Amino acid sequence: MQEMPKIIGAGLVVIGTGIGIGKIGAAALEGMARQPEQAGKLQTAMLIAAALVEGVAFAALFAVN
Amino acid sequence: MLKKVVLVIGFLSTFSTSFAQHESAVVSATETSVSKNVSEEVAAPLSEAEKIKSENKAYIDHHLLDGHSFDIMVSKNADGTETHIGFPLPVIFYDGANGFHTMMSSAFHHGDEVVESKGGHYTLSHEKIYKTDANGTLTMDEAGHATNEKVLDLSLTKSVLMILVTGLLMILIFGSIARNYKKSLVPSGSAKILEPVILFIRDDIAKPNIGPNYKKYMSYLLTIFFFILFLNIFGLMPFGINVTGNIAITFALALLTFLITQFTANKNYWQHIFWMPGLPWPMKIVMMPIEIIGLFIKPFSLLIRLFANMSAGHIIVMSLIALIYYFQNVIAGVAFPFLTFVIYLLEVLVAFLQAYIFTMLSAVYFGMANEEHHHEEAH
Repeated sequence: MQEMPKIIGAGLVVIGTGIGIGKIGAAALEGMARQPEQAGKLQTAMLIAAALVEGVAFAALFAVN
Repeated sequence: MLKKVVLVIGFLSTFSTSFAQHESAVVSATETSVSKNVSEEVAAPLSEAEKIKSENKAYIDHHLLDGHSFDIMVSKNADGTETHIGFPLPVIFYDGANGFHTMMSSAFHHGDEVVESKGGHYTLSHEKIYKTDANGTLTMDEAGHATNEKVLDLSLTKSVLMILVTGLLMILIFGSIARNYKKSLVPSGSAKILEPVILFIRDDIAKPNIGPNYKKYMSYLLTIFFFILFLNIFGLMPFGINVTGNIAITFALALLTFLITQFTANKNYWQHIFWMPGLPWPMKIVMMPIEIIGLFIKPFSLLIRLFANMSAGHIIVMSLIALIYYFQNVIAGVAFPFLTFVIYLLEVLVAFLQAYIFTMLSAVYFGMANEEHHHEEAH
């Protein structure tokens, strides 16, 4: 039972990251559909933003662990 | 085309199954040592499910940690002893007053025996070397970790071995590519596969992110990309060592990026950190500590990202296989290897993606350090 808050915290972190990366992916896909010629640049920007969100999420998961 | 796809899937699935076989042999074999540890910690007898759970946890921990010997297989004998199949690696450690000690890791017998060297006694517990007495007494704390005095361990461990092998392989591959380009500009051999990747790093990572000064960073970016990629891929192979899932190694890689950024930075970069142009002066004072913290957060997020992604991938693969031993029925035996295979394919993608992201973010940081002053107004 002592582990319970940790597990709930980890779940919250994953929910937040999921929403964050999902929004980044959705926005990038929309942008690519509007301007297919910019797809390469958008993909790079998308990966950097996703990596930054992921970095914060992993830092939080380590704090939880 | 179909033949090729079938061949590729067949090739990859051999990895998956050999991983599973390897696992099954070792999970049953760690039983002795694990149950021994458990009985020391908890007096009450464990239920069967809890025992399997702790065994699986111990095996996953063992896989993720660095080790002093290269175990290919561990099997349990009828009398409860363990047979380790593998080879020992050199152990080098420094113990303050006693000086340097060198030996092979076989002397420790995987933590079963006490080694006497230059008048001191040493033993191995959870792959860490501790000072002890002639009987090998270890004082344990509540979590089961020894509290004896540690020594400065400089051993050639599994991870170090794997780094040396990767380095040697990279020298061979890229040395031959370089010799080939001296003779003719038409790629041959491994250059045929790697030329597009190298051009991708130059044209899509270095040039857009760094700008006109990109050439002096190319050697570093290429080295770090292929080094991380090779280590990630080797970590996924059977008997491979999880090197990039070791925080010390990702720390060293991020430190290199940090140092190169600071030492090649121009005046403009430092001005933006200490005295942000285009802001009213009270804000400049507020921004300074934030920018200085940001200086260290950048490499820190690099090292955490690579480490966490790789160890998370390994934990998922191992946990899915471990679930077979937890459920112990036919459905689990069929479903989980399949699920493991799917996750495994995802891990191959992650291996490439993480090498790409690390290189990409390094290039972005180098670009920040090289930005020329091109606008007078606030930004």
